[in-house]
Amino acid sequence: MTPLATWVLRLFAVAVVALLLAPLVIIVLFAFDRSNVQTFPIRSWSTQWFSVAWHDGAVRSALWLSVKAGVGATVIALILGVMVSVGIHRFRFFGRDVVSLLLVLPIALPGIVTGLALQSAFGLVAVQLSLTTIIIGHATFCIVVVFNNVIARLRRTPDSFMEASSDLGATPLQTFRYVTFPLLRTAIIAGGLLAFALSFDEVIVTTFTAGAQNTLPLWIFGAIRLGQQLPEVNAVVVGVMVLTIIPITLAAKLSNGETSVKSPR
Amino acid sequence: MSTVTTKSTEGSTTNQAGIVLRGVTKRFGDTTVVRGVDLTIQQGEFFTMLGPSGSGKTTLLRLIAGFERLDGGSIWLDGSDVTNQPPYQRNVNTVFQDYALFPHYSVAQNVGYGLRVRRVSKVTTRERVERALAMVQMDAFADRAPRQLSGGQRQRVALARALVNEPTVLLLDEPLGALDLKLRQEMQGELKRLQRELGITFIYVTHDQEEALTMSDRLAVFRDGQIEQIGAPAEVYEHPATEFVAGFVGTSNVITTARGRCVLRPEKIEMVSGDVSLTEPGVRGVIGDVAYVGMVTRYRVTTASGESMTVVRQNRSSDGDESLLRRGDEVTLRWRDADATSV
Repeated sequence: MTPLATWVLRLFAVAVVALLLAPLVIIVLFAFDRSNVQTFPIRSWSTQWFSVAWHDGAVRSALWLSVKAGVGATVIALILGVMVSVGIHRFRFFGRDVVSLLLVLPIALPGIVTGLALQSAFGLVAVQLSLTTIIIGHATFCIVVVFNNVIARLRRTPDSFMEASSDLGATPLQTFRYVTFPLLRTAIIAGGLLAFALSFDEVIVTTFTAGAQNTLPLWIFGAIRLGQQLPEVNAVVVGVMVLTIIPITLAAKLSNGETSVKSPR
Repeated sequence: MSTVTTKSTEGSTTNQAGIVLRGVTKRFGDTTVVRGVDLTIQQGEFFTMLGPSGSGKTTLLRLIAGFERLDGGSIWLDGSDVTNQPPYQRNVNTVFQDYALFPHYSVAQNVGYGLRVRRVSKVTTRERVERALAMVQMDAFADRAPRQLSGGQRQRVALARALVNEPTVLLLDEPLGALDLKLRQEMQGELKRLQRELGITFIYVTHDQEEALTMSDRLAVFRDGQIEQIGAPAEVYEHPATEFVAGFVGTSNVITTARGRCVLRPEKIEMVSGDVSLTEPGVRGVIGDVAYVGMVTRYRVTTASGESMTVVRQNRSSDGDESLLRRGDEVTLRWRDADATSV
């Protein structure tokens, strides 16, 4: 590539990243604006809105609900996701490809479809919308990220490790405990962290499954629609951003860092 | 087990030690990769399964290990039917082609794995792991991670990890395939020594005919999922049963004699220059190619009838060029009739 082309491409890359991040930067800046009305340039800086948000009962209960939903959905996703990926990887059975497609479907399907479907289903069996229904709703798409992470690791892991374990006298359970699980551990953790991040900022499916309660994203959505408490919303949004970025960064580190799982030649 | 009595009445020839395969068959989809193999391997034997890739030798090894399920036939180990036993119940251990050392365990933990899952006490485990590592000269590497080892060292650890369990049979799937020539020859000697000392049955899979000849007590040549010939190395080399065996184990010439088609090894042929009268079976021809290999020189000779034959001559004198025949020289080839084997 010519030096000129390289520079043009670099400039282009920077422009794209800037375009993507600019709105986020603006929100973060406004979160530190003392004023009620947001205008540029910002005249005086303050962290008062974080304090306001922190002491707001509605925000607190929304945060608490989001954490509970995220943890619940993640736990379910981890258990089912690991089981299903190991099963699909290990056994050949009729409809195996269909099952792996169906598993990934909730993330491909528009959230509004999943949400609506879940709401009707819950209504049909007369289940009250509650924390449980939020968790179930979130679990549908959280399973996908755990499944994808774990099955990708399984596919990169030579079968001979599991065969060697069995050959050396380990029962299938021992093989899972001493060989399969340790080899999958970082993939499982990464999947779990992504699942939590996904659940924590989900709006659409939550709208249909939360009932009268507010998760943090729902509270933000509501507050923006009413057009009130805007500075406080900015502060809360910054909080959500931080709580989502941390697990995603960790997950990326885990997925890239320990790739020495393959038997080195 | 309650079925012991019925088993002993029906098992006629299975009270012997070693491995007995009866009509072992394996299919993958529409292709049959192992076709009704019958085979008896004696206790303490170094037995090699030789064949080109796709001949079914590795699949047969995996069937004996228990990684694949049979589609027909049965496998007997020391007189008991193991056909339906999972790998972890068979007293058989495998050295994998890629070694399959667990990356998250140290060398010592890898070797001790089989004892750990069988709940052998920690003290005994430590002792046996030490002994197994010493046996393959890897005792200094006990705390290393597998990725810190060279290919040859990993090979030794894989061997120790299998042998520490004192298996009845050790299965080796092209274990030296990834090593360079010098290391491979060294390991060949070492494997042979271990096998002699431990008295364990070794079943060795390879596509390297030289390896098979030098190491085995007996070898079986596989082709298309069946055994083409089985016997001691010299037997298979000197008296190949088929043209395929003759071509796969060493090189050979196929000639037509009064007895029909025969194979004749290149080193059994005497080659003299010029047109010499023939008292023994032989042909006249012209040298096509000359390949100087060092220990020997290999000639391609085109015979009067237009066929091509390979002749090998030892380079017995060091004055090199003097004794070498050249391309275009007229020669006479002759051999003892007994050296040509009918196929």
